[in-house]
Amino acid sequence: MAEGEFTQETVEMTDKQKKAQRARNIALAVILAGFVVLLYFGTWAKLGANILQRPL
Amino acid sequence: MSVESISGRAEETIISSAMPRDYFQLMKPRVMYLVIFTAFVGMLLAPGGINPLIGLIAILCISIGAGASGALNMWYDEDIDRIMARTAKRPIPDGRIKPEQAFVFGIVLSVFSVMMLGVMVNWLASFLLAFTIFFYVAIYTMWLKRSTPQNIVIGGAAGAFPPMIGWAAVTGTISVESIVLFAIIFLWTPPHFWALALFRLKDYENASVPMMPNVQGEKSTRLQVFVYAVILGLTGILPAVLGYASLVYGLFATVLGARFILLSWKVWREGSEDNNHAHEKKLFGFSIFYLFALFAALGVDGIVSRVVF
Repeated sequence: MAEGEFTQETVEMTDKQKKAQRARNIALAVILAGFVVLLYFGTWAKLGANILQRPL
Repeated sequence: MSVESISGRAEETIISSAMPRDYFQLMKPRVMYLVIFTAFVGMLLAPGGINPLIGLIAILCISIGAGASGALNMWYDEDIDRIMARTAKRPIPDGRIKPEQAFVFGIVLSVFSVMMLGVMVNWLASFLLAFTIFFYVAIYTMWLKRSTPQNIVIGGAAGAFPPMIGWAAVTGTISVESIVLFAIIFLWTPPHFWALALFRLKDYENASVPMMPNVQGEKSTRLQVFVYAVILGLTGILPAVLGYASLVYGLFATVLGARFILLSWKVWREGSEDNNHAHEKKLFGFSIFYLFALFAALGVDGIVSRVVF
C-alpha cells in the first residue's frame, strides 16, 4: 500500500440483504406517511372548529 | 475487516435480511384480527358515538398495542418457541429476526400505541391498553406461563381487554356491560386452550410449559373444560339479559352456548387419545367459531339497534 493511500473498509451486502433493506425502507416510509396523514386529519377531527378558537 | 470475517457469513448476522412481512408476523396477525374485531364490537355496543376517524385511530392503536405485546411475547419465549412444532417457524426461532430486534420493535410499538391512543382518543382507553400490554408480557409471558397451570386462565385477561378498551374509547368509562364483554373472552380462553393442550400435550411437555393436562392430568382438565363451558354459555347470554343486546341475540347465544357445552361434555365424558382426540379437536375448532359468531352477532345487533332506534 502506498504511503498516504486511504483504504475504506466497507460492508458488502448480499442481494438478499439489499432487497430486504429496500423493502423495509419502503414499508417504513409508507407507515410514516400514513402516520402523518392520520395525525393531521385526526387532529382536525378531535379539535374541529376549536382549532380556530385558541386564545391569542 | 469484512463482515464475513466478523460473522463467518454475512447473511447470518450484522445486517438483517428480515422482510417487512417478518415483522408483521411478529405481531401475531391472527390474534390482532381477533383484537380488532372484538374492540370494534365493543365500540359498536357502547352508548353514544365517536367520530369515525377517531374510532379508526382507536382501533389502529389497540391492534398495534396487541401486535406489540405479541412481538414482546415472541422475544421472551424464543427458547420454548424453538422447541414446539406449532411455533418453531416463527420469525425469531426461524432466524429471520433477532430477539433484540423483536424487543425494540415491541417496545417502540407499545409506547407509540399507548401514547397515540391517549392523545387522540382518551386516557382511560390508553391506560387500559398499557395495562393489557403489561399484563400479557410481564404477568402472563414472563411469570405465569412457565410457573402455573393456571397460566392461561389468568393470562386470558389480556386477550379479554380489547372490547373493554373499545367501549372505553367511546364512553370514557368502564361499566358492567363492558365487563360482561371482558368476561365472555376471559371465560372462553381456558376451554379453548385446554382443548388445544389436550391434543398437543407432548409439545407443551417438551417445552416444559405447565399446561393443565400436563400438571393436573387429562381427567381433571376435561372436567374443568366442561365447567368453564357451562359458565361461558350462561355469560354469553348476559348482554341480552342486561338489555344491551336483543332477544334475537339472546336466542342465538343460547344455541351457540348449548353447542359449546355439548362438545365440552363429549370432551369430558368421551374424549380420549384412542380416537385421535377427535372431540378435543372439534371443540377447539368450534371454540374459535363460537367467539367469532357471538361477537359478530353482538356487532350486528349493535348496528341494527343504532339504525332502527
